[in-house]
Amino acid sequence: MLGRLGFDSLPFYSPVAFGGASVTVLGGLAVFVLVTYFGKWRYFWEEWLTSLDHKRIGIMYIVLALIMLVRGFVDALMMRAQQAIALNNNGYLAPEHFDQVFSSHGTIMIFFMAMPFLTGLVNIVVPQQIGARDVAFPFMNSISLWLTAAGAALVMVSLVIGKFSTAGWTGYPPYSGALYSPGVGVDYWVWAVLISGIGSTMTGINFIVTIIKCRTPSMRLMQMPLFTWTILCTSALMAFAFPALTVVTAMLALDRVLEFHFFTNALGGNMMNYVNLFWIWGHPEVYILILPAFGVYSEVTATFSQKRLFGYKSLVYATAAITILSFSVWLHHFFTMGSGPNVNAVFGMATMIIAVPTGVKIFDWVFTMYKGRIIFHPSMLFTIGFLITFVIGGVSGVLLAIPPADFLMHNSTFLVAHFHNVLIPGAVFGYFAGFQYWFPKAVGFKLNKKWGVRSFWFWIIGFYVAFMPLYALGFLGMTRRMERYELAEWQPYLMVAALGALFVLMGIICQGMQLYVSIRDRDREQNMDVTGDPYNGRTLEWQTSSPPAEYNFAKIPEVRELDAFWDMKQRGVAYAPQAPYEDIHLPRNTGIGVFLGGLGFLLGFAVTWYIWWLVALCFIGILTCLIVRASQDHTFEIIPAAEIEAHETARFKALAEHKQAPGDFWS
Amino acid sequence: MNSYRPTTSRSPGPTEETLDVRDFGFWLYLMTDAVIFSLLFATYVVMFQNTATGPLPVEVFDIKHVFAETMFLLVSSVTFGFASLACVREHKGQAIIWLIVTIIFGLGFISLEVAEFVGMINSGAAPQTSGFLTAFFSLVGTHGAHVSLGMIGITVMIFQILIKGLTSPVKSRLHRLGMFWHFLDIVWIGIFSIVYMPAWLI
Repeated sequence: MLGRLGFDSLPFYSPVAFGGASVTVLGGLAVFVLVTYFGKWRYFWEEWLTSLDHKRIGIMYIVLALIMLVRGFVDALMMRAQQAIALNNNGYLAPEHFDQVFSSHGTIMIFFMAMPFLTGLVNIVVPQQIGARDVAFPFMNSISLWLTAAGAALVMVSLVIGKFSTAGWTGYPPYSGALYSPGVGVDYWVWAVLISGIGSTMTGINFIVTIIKCRTPSMRLMQMPLFTWTILCTSALMAFAFPALTVVTAMLALDRVLEFHFFTNALGGNMMNYVNLFWIWGHPEVYILILPAFGVYSEVTATFSQKRLFGYKSLVYATAAITILSFSVWLHHFFTMGSGPNVNAVFGMATMIIAVPTGVKIFDWVFTMYKGRIIFHPSMLFTIGFLITFVIGGVSGVLLAIPPADFLMHNSTFLVAHFHNVLIPGAVFGYFAGFQYWFPKAVGFKLNKKWGVRSFWFWIIGFYVAFMPLYALGFLGMTRRMERYELAEWQPYLMVAALGALFVLMGIICQGMQLYVSIRDRDREQNMDVTGDPYNGRTLEWQTSSPPAEYNFAKIPEVRELDAFWDMKQRGVAYAPQAPYEDIHLPRNTGIGVFLGGLGFLLGFAVTWYIWWLVALCFIGILTCLIVRASQDHTFEIIPAAEIEAHETARFKALAEHKQAPGDFWS
Repeated sequence: MNSYRPTTSRSPGPTEETLDVRDFGFWLYLMTDAVIFSLLFATYVVMFQNTATGPLPVEVFDIKHVFAETMFLLVSSVTFGFASLACVREHKGQAIIWLIVTIIFGLGFISLEVAEFVGMINSGAAPQTSGFLTAFFSLVGTHGAHVSLGMIGITVMIFQILIKGLTSPVKSRLHRLGMFWHFLDIVWIGIFSIVYMPAWLI
């Protein structure tokens, strides 16, 4: 009846595992009790969970990302603590538990922190930047969100019921095959990744179509803000790289569940095919994570240098070049697999070539700042921190791109230091910058600057203290993922790295404080974003109110130039009266996306535990949901012109009465 | 936060522009599906010689059987084309008849494929037998699963035409379903040329 599921699946075998499970269960319970106590279930269901409004979906993505950031970071702290003390002893984590911790850290940070974070920013910002009222496929957007949430929920459930994978976030066979990993851990990993990956493919399709087809008709491609350009490229990567992840995880699932022989050692399996297929997705994924951050940096640098972006065209072409090249370098993740010197050389060179467009970008940002009147908003601090730190990570990457050098450093902590050195400044700092930058747009009040600056300094110092020792440890011969070691000379470095992790912890606490203080003081006059344009912005998203009305723009904006909103302000038409207003069609909310996400979660859970009747039920449920939705014609609602007029008139009145001019947040 | 949310009553359908956007989105979906198939093809090409202790490709494929499958699928694509033409000419009845004919040919294809799979498994050539058969069953089975889903889609569309008539959202859905169906034909031609044919030629 319940397959492999039984009472022995509960984590009573180890105090650490039990602690993790308790925190998860109590956290979920606390949310449940609080929402019930305040009687907010109906509000959440009608206004948020079933919402097809891209801005609300974006906010929900970011909430998910922040929760998972904390979870993933706890894993990081646990690893640093273990390695700091595990000289000639077993530390406090059993080897198998340590393996779960590093596997879930990587899986969570890539799939359930970074992906939802960037997708959330994209959802909130891109339609507004291109003068659109919505994304191309609002319902599909909701499915994407709930499939991502389903994947995240599977990882969280593995803390309580059963165990997580010990095969690392890449899940290489044959170790991840049924023969060597017979438990449920790898199954949890496979289904979490597969289900959320399908959501990402749909996000990719959605935003390609949104950007190509739904722009305001007067906006030409070369007038799109740079963030939108990077998202166009990111979406193309998502749509064409994520199917590879779907294929490879489905194959691994077939190997595990139905005893197929894709990647087994025996009977004609080919495990190297796994590594190829995985990184055909995996390398473009790196750019899926980094390009949106590059877009954020471009917007932030221009706004807070109070200058037009330097080299807009070169940034666009560099982004496009990176997009295409990103599909031609996957083999550098496994130079040591033995593809031969010629193949390795080709991929090594392709890898080094990618450094060229990236370098172009760095110079463009630096030149944008040159002779600008720079405002040190927290998002600008994260940008400057990125510029310096990312160059170091890029240089260590070019070093790793040389196959003979890679043979020495492969799987060492040098590699760990390298990819954290590119992904923390190159992705996470970018998302934080975007979070600080667009927060008032999304919710209507500003983030506290003091705590933002504090969190930046803790993060950047913490980063250097945590990861520079790992470069040195790599040269000293330490391989990654060691739960204990015998060389005393490594320990000082690992203790310093643990100290760095504590600094980052302080950074995260400061971010929590920043959110708390900002929400507490949201009604103070100086914190409200009345104008919708708190930084004297340049792009169209600053024309809408904060938070934007459900339809974003009462009238579709007329674009004449790059930096369209800046141009409008120069011409004095940014806040011109917009009457007469017209009716606006917007999609009507639906709960089907939530149901599909729930069914996806149940499906993953049922396959993991071999509960076959539930699998069948889930398939039927999914098919029913899709057929029901595919038969609905009247999925839109009309907002009457009179209502829009009333709302917009009120807004213009508030703007006229407001003492501050747009953009004087800083005066 | 108190973002403005209007109250509305009427509920219209999609505009022509929205339908055009959906077509473009569906094209992109087909391209992502093409990536899935191309990776399955690549895997097959990598693995078709890994027969281990199991049979060789030439020993398990039956050319007459595969030829019949191919004919069923190709003809079903033609009949779907007739349904689309009837739809353009606003012939509701004809459209439904051609869709039913399409389903019949689709069923013919699927039953032949299932018969082929069952026959192979009974003769000891199961997907668990060797790397080659794993890759074969996965590639051809994925195509078969797509065809089955397509037939469910056609059934849904028949009912939509019966109940709603040939309205513009229904026509637009039928158009996209047609793209899906023809796409599966193209994939099958790939399967025929890369999986079945080389088994006799090499």
